[in-house]
Amino acid sequence: MITAAVQEREHYLNASYGIKSWLLTKDHKRIGLLYLATITLFFFLGGAFATLIRIELLTPQGDLVSSETYNKLFTMHGVTMIFFFLIPSIPATLGNFFLPMMIGARDLAFPRLNLLSWYLLVVGGLFSLFAMLAGGVDTGWTFYTPYSTSYSNTWVIATAVGIFIAGFSSILTGLNFIVTIHRMRAPGMTWFRMPLFVWAHYATSLIQVLGTPVLAVTLLLVLCERLFHIGIFDPALGGDPVLFQHLFWFYSHPAVYIMILPAMGVVSEIISTFSRKPIFGYGFVAFSSVSIAVLGFLVWGHHMFVSTQSVYAGMVFSFLSYFVAIPSAIKVFNWTATLYKGSISFATPMLYAFGFIGLFTMGGLTGLFLACLGIDVHVTDTYFVVAHFHYIMVGGAIMGFLGGLHFWWPKMTGRMYPEGWAKLSALTIFLGFNLTFFPQFILGYLGMPRRYHVYPEEFQVLHVLSTAGASVLAVGYMIPMIYLIWSLRYGQIAVANPWGATGLEWKTASPPPLHNFDETPIVTHEAYDYTTVMEEVIEVG
Amino acid sequence: MGKLPLFPEQASTFAPDVDHLLFFLLAVSVFFTVVIFSAIFYFAIRYRRRSEQELPRHVHTGMALEIVWSVIPFGLTMIMFTWGAAIFFKESRPPEDALPIYVVAKQWMWKLQHMEGQREINELHVPLGRTVKLTMTSEDVIHSFFVPAFRTKQDVVPGRYSTTWWKPTKAGKYHLFCAEYCGTKHSGMIGWIYVMEPQDYQKWLSGGAASGSMAENGAKLFQDLACSNCHKADGSGRCPSLVGLFGRDVKLSDGKVIKADEAYIRESILQPNAKIVAGFQPVMPTFQGLVTEEGVLSLIEYVKSLGEKPGAGAATGAGATPAAKSATEKR
Amino acid sequence: MANQAHEETLALREQFDTEAQQKDASTLGMWIFLVTEIMFFGGMFLAYTIYRSTYPEIFAVCSSSLNVYIGAANTVVLLCSSFTMVLAVRSAQLGRQRAIVFNLILTLALGFVFLGVKAYEWNEKFVEHHIPGPGFHFEGIAQQGPAQLFFSLYFAMTGLHALHMLIGGGILTWLIIRTKQGAFTAEYMTPVDVAGLYWHFVDIIWIFLFPLLYLIDRHLK
Repeated sequence: MITAAVQEREHYLNASYGIKSWLLTKDHKRIGLLYLATITLFFFLGGAFATLIRIELLTPQGDLVSSETYNKLFTMHGVTMIFFFLIPSIPATLGNFFLPMMIGARDLAFPRLNLLSWYLLVVGGLFSLFAMLAGGVDTGWTFYTPYSTSYSNTWVIATAVGIFIAGFSSILTGLNFIVTIHRMRAPGMTWFRMPLFVWAHYATSLIQVLGTPVLAVTLLLVLCERLFHIGIFDPALGGDPVLFQHLFWFYSHPAVYIMILPAMGVVSEIISTFSRKPIFGYGFVAFSSVSIAVLGFLVWGHHMFVSTQSVYAGMVFSFLSYFVAIPSAIKVFNWTATLYKGSISFATPMLYAFGFIGLFTMGGLTGLFLACLGIDVHVTDTYFVVAHFHYIMVGGAIMGFLGGLHFWWPKMTGRMYPEGWAKLSALTIFLGFNLTFFPQFILGYLGMPRRYHVYPEEFQVLHVLSTAGASVLAVGYMIPMIYLIWSLRYGQIAVANPWGATGLEWKTASPPPLHNFDETPIVTHEAYDYTTVMEEVIEVG
Repeated sequence: MGKLPLFPEQASTFAPDVDHLLFFLLAVSVFFTVVIFSAIFYFAIRYRRRSEQELPRHVHTGMALEIVWSVIPFGLTMIMFTWGAAIFFKESRPPEDALPIYVVAKQWMWKLQHMEGQREINELHVPLGRTVKLTMTSEDVIHSFFVPAFRTKQDVVPGRYSTTWWKPTKAGKYHLFCAEYCGTKHSGMIGWIYVMEPQDYQKWLSGGAASGSMAENGAKLFQDLACSNCHKADGSGRCPSLVGLFGRDVKLSDGKVIKADEAYIRESILQPNAKIVAGFQPVMPTFQGLVTEEGVLSLIEYVKSLGEKPGAGAATGAGATPAAKSATEKR
Repeated sequence: MANQAHEETLALREQFDTEAQQKDASTLGMWIFLVTEIMFFGGMFLAYTIYRSTYPEIFAVCSSSLNVYIGAANTVVLLCSSFTMVLAVRSAQLGRQRAIVFNLILTLALGFVFLGVKAYEWNEKFVEHHIPGPGFHFEGIAQQGPAQLFFSLYFAMTGLHALHMLIGGGILTWLIIRTKQGAFTAEYMTPVDVAGLYWHFVDIIWIFLFPLLYLIDRHLK
């Protein structure tokens, strides 16, 4: 390294070396990087499944893989992406790394628990990987009974055990964050001085702590039914398979907010930094996160409008679902208003944030269609739903994740990423994404059911468009993978605060020292106060 | 390849209703998308950073603005809710005069049966302009009966009956899909709905080789399973007479009153002791495993066909018949 | 304030500034964990409530087949173990190491008595063919299905509770060893404190399970 002579400052990356110093680390920053490596692997694994699915769907006949294989592919795509990529994605990587720094703490409240969480994710992942290698699982990621309990002949148990274990990783991360936010804030860091990223993670943690145990017990009951004939959901015994759906969606609807809320937190940071203005309506945006988390627990039944639940239950759930639209709309409007009279830079993180707002808006608005009883009866379990949740989870959560990764990359690694390539990839992902998933809205309204291996010929043109988009999207995801690794060695050296941002994490060196700050910061201003930062930026210059 | 449909056919009375609602939501969505996208584009260009030292002036949060952009979307969503709920409510209330069709789903086929006895697999012939009501159950896992051209969908759940109805408005051939993932050949669990002109339908009905109407099949089963030994029409058996039962209120031994509908009769056949009619003993054995789902449907149709008979209601007296007794002992 | 001013000790880990902060954080952490446990058991309580209201008579009959005297005795055993746990925490506050060990061992012993009695009850079910599965049979009931549902829930709920007892036993054993090593003082006894919270929680779960499974509608028999 040429610059080695210039700076031999000690930081968290060079404080110690060797495999053991990573696998036994208690440093939240290193654990964040361990998570980053893990979820990246799972992302590309899930992506490989998606690629095979899209290639298969090029033709209406099932000519690439058999229907058994196809069913396993979409199941494993869902399981991998949801439980092993999206749920840990932002909280466990960026949250782990930056949440303590943003509130001026030296670490999370329970560093060893944090490391344990990572190991749980890895062990859970290994169980699921074993299931995939041993023969796969074909129940869909939703594990609906009685198919999953009595009819499927695939590796349901190993997969469910994997998800069960990974669930505890998620619970413990949430617990750690809540305690950290309550007890570890630096002097002067009041609740309403916290960055919105921290608020978003607080809301996310609430869901992880309250929702995940319900999924855990539900999967446990499915396991008992498969293993010991303890037939809680078995219709042959007078059990109720629809009860499974209630319990499952009680977690799995809020789980969507585990994926999207942290991304919203990231976007708030980015929008503020790159328009150099405090977020318009800070209090409203902060509370909207918490209210989304709370409302998220009251709307699960909107997944079950045609499941034979009562008509009146359907109406109540539809009514409540519309309440979620309000905090979501508040966020989008406030982000847009933040741009007004700002000083807007088009750096890559900002492009991702714009992409996020656009795609989240479309995903959110199509959510209104699904909350609407009359329309949902027609489009539920079709590609309309598939398109909708990919707009939220891929268009929203992954755009937020990539935006955040670029935003904080200089801080995490001490290196800048190549701006030109980064802009190119952001644009490629945005275009590829829309080409992949927009046709699926049309397919869905036409009546193309989801999880179909073969399909009627008239749907082919739209499927071909979608597959074409997916190949663009795949290229878009490969580019950052390559240049980010490249930048570790060849990227420009990053200064402490390359963007002129306000968070405490930018007040310390890049990469940060082992204990984050040389001196415990004392907070005297609201979040996003750019007047003081500007003086420093001009000095560094 | 080559065809690029963008909108599904409208072939039921629901289709235009659902589509109008869709257009309303589309209009709202397009409006907000355009507003947000153009605001972002305009602000981003107009206020782009011109120098690195630039520090924009602080803009204070406008309470009025926050309220406006919370309340207006909320009002719009309430319109969506009410409109959607109205359609949903209508879909859940089948009209009285509907033509009943019975559906049994299994991995991976649809078995459909007309009252007249015609059985079909993965095909359903119905007359144009006539309301059709489907009573559905599953032999194994959860399936879902989905006809895109009618804009209706209903899950089919093992162990219970679900219903859906529609009134076709256009003759033709429409896709029937299973919409709830049900295993390996899920995508093969498809079929066609043929909507025929009424006279063609009549011709089709008479052309098919029906093996007796459902009610006749049910009557035969009623004899074969020895139900008639106890359920005597004149009420002299040790079990209640079934004449005129369907649709009537039944008083149970625990004092509750229940309406005798399809689900009640099904339960009484498969789990006879779940609900005991007031004045009777729980002597009936279960027929779980002895009678198929289709058999149960035929029995229901038979009970329905028994119709009204004044005076024949709850009967009294209990005397064990040998058949029922041995069945009880076997358990 | 210099940042890494203090050496790491058990009572004051690196990431905390003061001992009070560390104790607060640990206690809050345990409370949040107990909330997740409530949600965990909550799923089963919900399933139980729904099925109980669907099949009230059958559940009442099946429930009456459980031995209420053994159940009640076991409840007393568990309550006693909570009492000895409280004594252990109190001894820790006073810094009396031998008393901590004594009370913890007593708690552990009572916990195992509970599990032993539970095992005896399960064995009874086995003899009576009340284990869900192909061999299940409950005398005198026509609808075997819902009866099996009751016993499925019985085994799922008491089994999960027993698993929590076992984990609690592991924690107690670890605490006994650490106390003997002299890890805890009157100033630093947080692990004993939070382990106590956990033990009481497991106790409370049983306080709900006992009436639900053994007592409700007994008179219907």
